Amino acid sequence: MTESRQHALQDRIPTLRIRDLSIEFARRRGDALKVVDRVSIDIWPREIVGIIGESGSGKTLTSLATLRMLPKRAVIAKGTMHLGETSLHDRSEREMRALRGDRIALIPQDAMQSLNPTMRIGRQVGEPLELHSGYSVSSALEAAGKLLGSVHIREPEKRVLEYPHQYSGGMQQRAMIAMGLALNPQLIIADEPTTALDVTVQAQVLKLLREIRDQKGASILFITHDLGVVAELCDWVYVMRNGEIVEDGAVRQIFTAPRAEYTRMLLDATPSIHTTPAVAR
Amino acid sequence: MISVLRDFDWRRWRLVLTGGTIIGLILICAIFAPWIAPYSPYDLDVVAMLQSPSGAHLLGTDELGRDLLSRTIHAARISMEVAFIAASVGLIFGTLIGVAAAYFGGLVDMVLMRFMELLFSFPAILLAVVLMASLGTSILNAMIAIGIVFIPGFSRLARAATEVVLREQYVEAARAIGMGHGRIVFVEILPNILAPLLVEAAVAFSYAILLESALSFLGLGAQPPEPSWGNMLNTGRGFMGQAPWLSIVPGAAIFFSVLGFNLIGDGLRDVLDPYMKE
Amino acid sequence: MISLTDVGKTFGHTRLFGASTEFAAVTDVSLSVARGKTLGIVGESGSGKSTLLRIILGLIPPTSGSIVIDGQDIVNLRRRDEKAFRRKVQPIFQNPASSFNPRQSIGAILKAPLEVHGIGTRQSRRDRVSEMLERVGLPAEYAARHPHQLSGGQKQRVAIARAVILKPAVVLADEPTSALDVSVQAQVLDLFRETREAMGLTSIFVSHNLAVIRQVSDTVAVMRLGRIVEMGSVDAIFANPQHDYTRALIDAVPDPAAIMAQA
Repeated sequence: MTESRQHALQDRIPTLRIRDLSIEFARRRGDALKVVDRVSIDIWPREIVGIIGESGSGKTLTSLATLRMLPKRAVIAKGTMHLGETSLHDRSEREMRALRGDRIALIPQDAMQSLNPTMRIGRQVGEPLELHSGYSVSSALEAAGKLLGSVHIREPEKRVLEYPHQYSGGMQQRAMIAMGLALNPQLIIADEPTTALDVTVQAQVLKLLREIRDQKGASILFITHDLGVVAELCDWVYVMRNGEIVEDGAVRQIFTAPRAEYTRMLLDATPSIHTTPAVAR
Repeated sequence: MISVLRDFDWRRWRLVLTGGTIIGLILICAIFAPWIAPYSPYDLDVVAMLQSPSGAHLLGTDELGRDLLSRTIHAARISMEVAFIAASVGLIFGTLIGVAAAYFGGLVDMVLMRFMELLFSFPAILLAVVLMASLGTSILNAMIAIGIVFIPGFSRLARAATEVVLREQYVEAARAIGMGHGRIVFVEILPNILAPLLVEAAVAFSYAILLESALSFLGLGAQPPEPSWGNMLNTGRGFMGQAPWLSIVPGAAIFFSVLGFNLIGDGLRDVLDPYMKE
Repeated sequence: MISLTDVGKTFGHTRLFGASTEFAAVTDVSLSVARGKTLGIVGESGSGKSTLLRIILGLIPPTSGSIVIDGQDIVNLRRRDEKAFRRKVQPIFQNPASSFNPRQSIGAILKAPLEVHGIGTRQSRRDRVSEMLERVGLPAEYAARHPHQLSGGQKQRVAIARAVILKPAVVLADEPTSALDVSVQAQVLDLFRETREAMGLTSIFVSHNLAVIRQVSDTVAVMRLGRIVEMGSVDAIFANPQHDYTRALIDAVPDPAAIMAQA
């Protein structure tokens, strides 16, 4: 354990601890396809941890498993998961429902698809408060206004009454983040939340996520395929490939002294805006 | 050849095969009716009226002493003919109109689709009755009328499916290599909208049988003494108490043919999806 | 080779009742690309970059302005000249999932351009398809496969093969790598560069990804809200951006190189 994880020794209990997690897809012929293989991940308080991988690496399944929201055919074959001292792997669906949104929040990739087009933004952002904390509709709406303000949406009192299509892509994603923040979760899982956004908007969203960590003290698990975003945002990085973790380390170490062949290949393949290619143009 | 049989995915095709078997049996009855049927469907036997099923008449006889089994088998001819011709009329003209509306857009689209909506706004049976009234009562006109009833449905489906395909980049790519309208429509568009249309066609088959029965029931379809399941049902109605088999037998025939076509339709929906292959 | 003067495109929506609405997707765009060079057009969503590309492809008529490709005015193209133009200018599209007819084999897809232009015999077309597949790094047997049997990267290889099978002079690429994983993207970009080099192509490459644009372009045009805000050589644009928007765009890109420099 290196520099950025020093505080781990004082805290003792990580926000999220995944040990030897294996996920399998049941197949028609009876055998199972292993899609995540003995993955162990720690996320400490106030840490932003990235999982980087290409398509099929198992990064999204890993994050969904912690919420116990795996697709029907996928099953957790092995492993344990703890949120603080609460185990996640053996909770019933009902107990999980109480945890989701309350102690763990998910920020999905496509905000447009995750927002109900027929419902006012305010109602949706305030929904976790109605569900988990017994807020009345009007007090939830008021709280939603404050939440939208905290993710830098201007004139939040007015915009709570608008519908998703009246929001730009970046504002929709910020509204999703506001919804995730409603109950002050310990852990925010963000699954490629900026992939569908323009770079200038992406920069704002990344800044907002850092702010949330600094001000609210939440831990963030950030799933992405973009090395640049990892460099910009994360403290600690896990590199996944074909369902396995090939290496993990502090972000600077991953970028300056990668140990795994695959990480080196990824770094080489990622084009940079600051260098012209080695190949003749 | 053997490997083809082994690789054949029976599970995928099982709905289509079940429906196909039912329809296949009915088709065999229709085609070979004169050889399969034990009696002529027109032969009257005044001494054997309204007989219940027996060794001589497996499904009994009707009010004029005609063999019910023979009449039901012969009626399959008309019902199948109506189903195929009416569904084909609907499929062909509906697809042409729908594809043209989506492909050319603008004024063409507006004129064609408004006209389709006009047709669509009539209840199906009323539209068929009105068309029959103007075309005259005959079984051929019944087929055409039922086909026309289907056109708006097919055209809407074809138009919506074409709109989706037109947004695909392969259509743009086809235009960019200089492909003409005809080839774009026949090579790029039609094969990709065919799946939902065939599913709809299978449903239309079953609906055509019901509509023909309804028209015959109203005296507008097959003309007596020509047997059709619809007019047999109509006659049977009068003898519900004494001879319930007169209604049950053609009713069952309609039920199984509708079931068969619906199974094919549902099955095709799954089988024809190119993305569902592993 | 390619020259645009004051090109504009307004999408109008004429309604039967009520006022019609208008929307300017592209405004006063002038640019030129020299023979054998690549122009990168970079912009965010709604910048009009894809619309501009479709205008140059002749798929959408411009509302105003003129476009000349290889000395030929393509805005008022006569029907007779259209086929020749199609042969000269070819696209590579963005989405590997939708750029091919799912019901046709790769061989049929690659043969279509040759058939449409009546080039070669049955046998020579088949040979040409095999040759092109090998050229883009795929085995000739892939001609028998269907698009859904290929990976995203393989599909984009086929897309490049389809674009150059007619030996065009100009290739217009619309985000051809944005749906791919980085490792695959690097290979497809390499193939694009090699092909361009080998065939002496003039090209326009549209992308939202500044890093990709930097890798493939000789000159760069930055688009915003339908206008070109800045244009210049690739080194000038990235090293010394003049326009505020260009600077903001470059600053917003998260860059691994920056963190390595800190170390």
